[in-house]
Order: sequence, then structure tokens, then C-alpha cells
Amino acid sequence: MDAKDIYARLERQFPGKVSDFKGDVKEPYLTVDALSIVDVCRFLRDDANLQFEVLSDLTALDWPKEEKLQVVYHLFSYSQNHQIVLKVDLPRDNPKVATVEGVWKVANWLEREVYDLFGVIFEGHSDLRRIMLPEDWVGYPLRKDYVEQEEYDGISTQRAPLVEKLLR
Amino acid sequence: MNETAPAQTGLYTEEMTISVGPQHPSTHGVLRFVVKTDGEVIGEAIPDVGYLHRSIEKIGEKVTWHGYVPYTDRADYLAAMFANQGFCLAAEKLSGIEVTRRGEFCRVIACELNRIASHLISVGTFGQDIGAMTPFVHALRERETINNLMEEICGARLTYNYIRIGGVGYDILPETRIRIAEFLDHFEPIVDEFNRLLSGNKIFIERLAGVAVISKEDALSYNLVGPNLRGSGIKWDIRRDIPYSIYPELDFEVPIGSAQVGKLGDSYDRYWVRIIEMHESVKILRQCLKMMPKGPAIAKVPRKFKPGAGECYARVEAPRGDMGFYVVADGSEYPYRVRIRTGSYTAMSIIDKLSKGIMIADLIALIGSLDVDAPEIDR
Repeated sequence: MDAKDIYARLERQFPGKVSDFKGDVKEPYLTVDALSIVDVCRFLRDDANLQFEVLSDLTALDWPKEEKLQVVYHLFSYSQNHQIVLKVDLPRDNPKVATVEGVWKVANWLEREVYDLFGVIFEGHSDLRRIMLPEDWVGYPLRKDYVEQEEYDGISTQRAPLVEKLLR
Repeated sequence: MNETAPAQTGLYTEEMTISVGPQHPSTHGVLRFVVKTDGEVIGEAIPDVGYLHRSIEKIGEKVTWHGYVPYTDRADYLAAMFANQGFCLAAEKLSGIEVTRRGEFCRVIACELNRIASHLISVGTFGQDIGAMTPFVHALRERETINNLMEEICGARLTYNYIRIGGVGYDILPETRIRIAEFLDHFEPIVDEFNRLLSGNKIFIERLAGVAVISKEDALSYNLVGPNLRGSGIKWDIRRDIPYSIYPELDFEVPIGSAQVGKLGDSYDRYWVRIIEMHESVKILRQCLKMMPKGPAIAKVPRKFKPGAGECYARVEAPRGDMGFYVVADGSEYPYRVRIRTGSYTAMSIIDKLSKGIMIADLIALIGSLDVDAPEIDR
């Protein structure tokens, strides 16, 4: 099924919950209402014509100008050989969305990474801890306005440029 | 026993928490497991990753498109060529640049050589984890030859920076091609020798048969990719199913697990898929060397590379499976966001589930059979 049909199918199933379909780009995507992401994902996985059995990737994009964080889901179906990209817009100051761990187990780790690096809270997640950075790290590095803390545990994170060091 | 033991029996057992890693030889890099055991049986093995996190994705937002290619090397040092190719594919897809035909052949030759090298490390260290030291040395000896060939092709042995946007950095010279062909003739019998030494070894088989079985459903739900997915019997290979580069013109098989010694999807199946893939790579290389056309190795690409705003997702079939590059451009000289989705990361997430109830020694077999690679997990 091509992306347009998938969108039409979703629109019929979830009226008003899916919007902003972009079909003329490299990877067609659509925007899903944050509150219905789990239902949409479960439907995409279980429907006999869609069969998205795989969550290829889950990541986020930071758009400070639009004041939003976008969680991006790349879905793929091995049996049907088609794909779709879902996007969920969240407010930047309080990004919260339900976890899709119950639909694809891989979401557990992928969501932990997004939580760690973007600070998106996945509600209902079984083990929402930082994964790459230490537990007591401050800030979310992949946000556009991230400023690194000056020291961590007494260790400086700054380094004088090599040239300056040599000249000294 | 002492006074602390319960009075009724005089003996008691308790759950023990051990830390495996981060410098344990079987963890293939720097990763750690917090293992809760009851005697030798694991109750739970919780992976603790992040020791090698270098924020490669953040670096992507700070350097130019061309300048990011060397950084992708560092995502997976055992298969750097594929990360190069993944990023370049994404950039080409965004900007509509076409790779020259000779460039495509150079790419595939370099990639398949790299795949053999990576699988050699995988099966070699796997043997070593299980307790077979000799095959590891044999595997590394062959890999050394490949590293020499790589050095001839692009001047580097591990972090290649060979594949560029629009083609490859340097053409593969005729004498190098002869040496590659010689290597292939020499290498194929070596795989058979390797099989006699390790794959058919009774101890090796008994350590792996039926250990850490991954069902098809789990493989999909946890999004295992590459040999781990194929080991569970799912015939899926990006090179065949979402073809890129010149793979549609080449003739090769996609091996899958067949439960030849134990159950479908056990550690041995995953191992065996890698062995067969080395044969398939040799087949691909022979065809490429024969079919290689004349022409320029790289297309004309502007120095100031600025693809228009947009986003795309490019997949390549790396030795550790589907490597995805999700790249967003905002029309400037720098990528807006580069996301690298790697096979090891998802493979790592299944270990928690599979480790319940297996022996500690089997955990080592499990990690080895999934072929996880710490830098690729942490990026």
C-alpha cells in the first residue's frame, strides 16, 4: 500500500486524529494527535492490510522556533514491504506522550534514548531512566539550546583550545 | 556453616549481584551487565550501556555535510564503510545527486570486503568467548589481509572515510583488483577450514545448540536486524528487498537460520548465517570485479553542499543489520539533525529478556551470537 492509501485508511479509522499528510516528499509522513498515538500504532500493527510489525526507529526533532518537540516514528512492514512515518507534536516546555512499548517491545530502549537526549517523558514506560548519560546529568544534549554544564562530579567538561595550550 | 545461617537447614542460598564488565573480554568493547544470579543461573541481566557515548549525532549538527563523513566512521569501527555509505545515501537522496556507475562498484567492493572483515571478527571472537582460542587467530590473520587491501584502496585500515557524497574518494586501481581477486581465491578454502576447526566442533555445537532461542515474533517486536533476524528464519535483507546501489544486478543468496543443530533462532543459527554470508560476499565481490565499468569514481558535487530543506531515511545492510540514517536538512550548510539507528542497539535491548533463566556461561554465548558492538550501541 502506498502512503496515501495508508493515510486514507487511518483517516477513516481515526477521524480528526491524524492530519498534515505530506505525500510528495522522500519519506511521506503524517501527524498524529498525541493522545491517540498508542491506538493508531496498535491499529497499524494489527490491521490485516497494514501489518506494520516493525518499529524501525523512534527519535525526536527539536524545533525551538515553533516551540515544539516532534517525536518521529518510522514504521516498516516486512510482509507488505511498505513504510510510513508518524510524527507527534509536543509542547517544548512539557513534552509528554504515551509509550508504545506495549505495541513494539523495542520502543522500551528507543524511548529511553529519546528521554535521555531530548527530555521527552513517555508516560506508562516501564523503565524510564537515562541510558547514555549518567543519572545525575543536567540537561538534554540533543535539544538545540543545550548548554553543557561546566563541570560534572568535579571534572571539568571544558578544554582550552590546543593552540592556546601550546602557546602558553 | 556459621551462626547467620537459618537454623532449620544449616544451609542457605541467596541471590547474588555481579557486575560483568565494563572491561570484560566477552563484552566486545565497553559495556556492562548487572547480573543477578542464583548460583549459576541468571535471574536477570540488566545491560548498562553508554560508556562509549560520543554524541556523534550532536556533532552532525555542528559540521558540514562533507565534513561529517569521517565522523560516521566512528559509529562502528568494525564496519565503518557502511556508516559512510548510509550517510552518503541519505545526503544523495536529499539532494538528488547521482553516484557514478564506477563509484557504485567501488562502494560495493569496499563494503563487501568490510563485511567479510567484520564477520571474521564476529565469528572469531565468538569462538574465543566460548573457549576456542585458535580460530580467533585464524580469523584475525585473514582480516589482516583485508585491512591491507583496504589500506591500498583508501589509505586507512579501520576508519576509512572512503565513500563520499557522490561516489568514492579514490578509484580502485587495477593492481589492487588483482590482489583482491587473489585474496578471494585464497579466502574461500579458509572458510571451509574454519568450519572444520570450529563450526563442526562438537564442543562448540553443544555450547550453542538450543541456547538463547529467539522466536520470530520476538525478533520482529524487538526489531532485530541483519544476521540476528535471519537467524530466526525471516528472509529479509535490505540489499535484496529495498535495493540500493547496484545490488539488484548482482546474484546472491540471503541465508537464513535452519535449526540444523538445535532450535530455529538459537545461537548457532545466528553464527551460521554469518559464515554463509561470508561466502555470499565473496560471490558478490567476484561479480563486481568482473563487471566493473570504466568512468569517473565520483560525480561532480559542489564543495558547498547545500541540499534543500527536507528529510529522508536511508537504510543500508551493514554486518550488524539495518543501519538507518534519518537526516533532516533545513537548507543550510549543516545538517539540522542526523540520527543513526543501529542494529546493535536493538539487539542489546533483547538481552534482558533472553537472559532470564540461562546459565552465566550461556550469557557469554548470547552476547557473542548477537554480535553487539559497543561503539555502535552508544554512538
